Amino acid sequence: MALRGDWMYENNGGTCVAIAGIDYCVVAADTRLSVGYNILTRDHSKICSLADKVVLASSGFQGDIRALHKNLAARHLLYQHQHNKQMSCPAMGQLLSNTLYYKRFFPYYAFNVLGGLDNEGKGCVFTYDAVGSYERVGYSAQGSGSSLIMPVLDNQLKSPSPLLLPARDAVTPLSETEAVDLVKDVFASATERDIYTGDKLEIVVINASGIKREYLELRKD
Amino acid sequence: MLLLLFRLSFLSFFPSLSLSQHFAPTGTKPHHRISVSLNFKQRKQREEKRRMMMKLDTSGLESFSAAVPSAMAAAEDQLFAPPSFDLPAGCADFDKFQMEAKQTLKHAKGTTTLAFIFNQGVIVAADSRASMGGYISSQSVKKIIEINPYMLGTMAGGAADCQFWHRNLGIKCRLHELANKRRISVTGASKLLANILYSYRGMGLSIGTMIAGWDEKGPGLYYVDSEGGRLKGNRFSVGSGSPYAYGVLDNGYRPDMTVDEAHELARRAIYHATFRDGASGGVVSVYHVGPNGWKKLSGDDVSELHYKYYPVQPTPVEHEMVDAPPA
Repeated sequence: MALRGDWMYENNGGTCVAIAGIDYCVVAADTRLSVGYNILTRDHSKICSLADKVVLASSGFQGDIRALHKNLAARHLLYQHQHNKQMSCPAMGQLLSNTLYYKRFFPYYAFNVLGGLDNEGKGCVFTYDAVGSYERVGYSAQGSGSSLIMPVLDNQLKSPSPLLLPARDAVTPLSETEAVDLVKDVFASATERDIYTGDKLEIVVINASGIKREYLELRKD
Repeated sequence: MLLLLFRLSFLSFFPSLSLSQHFAPTGTKPHHRISVSLNFKQRKQREEKRRMMMKLDTSGLESFSAAVPSAMAAAEDQLFAPPSFDLPAGCADFDKFQMEAKQTLKHAKGTTTLAFIFNQGVIVAADSRASMGGYISSQSVKKIIEINPYMLGTMAGGAADCQFWHRNLGIKCRLHELANKRRISVTGASKLLANILYSYRGMGLSIGTMIAGWDEKGPGLYYVDSEGGRLKGNRFSVGSGSPYAYGVLDNGYRPDMTVDEAHELARRAIYHATFRDGASGGVVSVYHVGPNGWKKLSGDDVSELHYKYYPVQPTPVEHEMVDAPPA
């Protein structure tokens, strides 16, 4: 989706992907920050670790994204003080949706993907639009390279819709290493054809033993 | 300008309060709406005045050197010109900017939903595609929202708007139950939602929803939209695929259908709409609302339904196409 870039928002580009597995979740984003045809930095993280089991990746206007992450981190801290426990991924999903909708008439220009483990330990990915509409899915891509990446993920991971009756599981049967490999492949391809994606890929894997971070070099041109 | 921004962000943090004072999204001081019966000309004049007051006076920001046009000044310009900059693009007409911002950042209105009342209750059906311009952003959107165990709402228009306000309606219905020790009627629930949407009229919300439920008076069905309209009726279809759905629905409808017949009618109507409308597709969900609440009857992928309704007829071919042998 192409947006005109010369008003109060700015599109800093970038792509975010998340894949939910049986007992893990992979969240990945590139680290390039651009304005128009200029690259401002090759080393900017789009991923924010909100809770033990919740990670948020956002692309779009980094000013709004920075503010949004701060807002959510503060709300999470309040929640921890009030309830004496960390927020679960579905709870954080609803909080993010409401936070985005509260600015319905001057939106956060942020395209978010929230990944983590739900209360049963299963992988959980929520995908959002800019004003807070969200749904739980098995995988998602958002950002400038999303229309390049989503068809590939649909091809490799297409899971039965959660709306079907009788209900079927939406998470992918792939193993953790296979999912990480898929993410690396998919970003390498997106880098070839999207000017706003590249430089370095940050991959975060959440599973029962915690959060693990990995980096992969991408094309810098 | 900064004051305007502050007022607007204040507005957006409390969307559920009644906004009669803060309704005007412009720089005028909040005024009490006493007379509602302004005629068209008076209303237009008032809007004109409001718009004129919006124009910002930017003379103070112009370059000093522009006021002294002479050759000497021109030479001085290069050496001593104070730095000047253009105002960012959105500042001159903030209202227009805001309208455009809302337009670009929300889902388009492509969908097909329908609901109808018959002797055995209410059937509600919808597709599951969400599109952003030409890109399909999701094939598995839940367009039938469960407000409470005996009331359903459908989603058409802005996905975030529908999700948020239906959830808000569910909260209000629950509060009504707690305060009045009885369930809210479908009439009451639809009125609550319609009043909220009316107070946001003109601000760019896009909601075309049907509230369907079973209360003490029996089955109830209302159509509510973001223009402030609220209609009671027996058959509705909303969305870009609604003309196609109406064709099938109106043709096959009888008030004395069984639940199975009604289910099949609804499913076919949505299927035909997804067949012809590019903005509808995915999975057809059908719900039934009876005296004991709603129950999901089916969720079928539309492409599978196609081959079920129109199975492939084997036709004779001259040269059978075969897969290449694996290398």
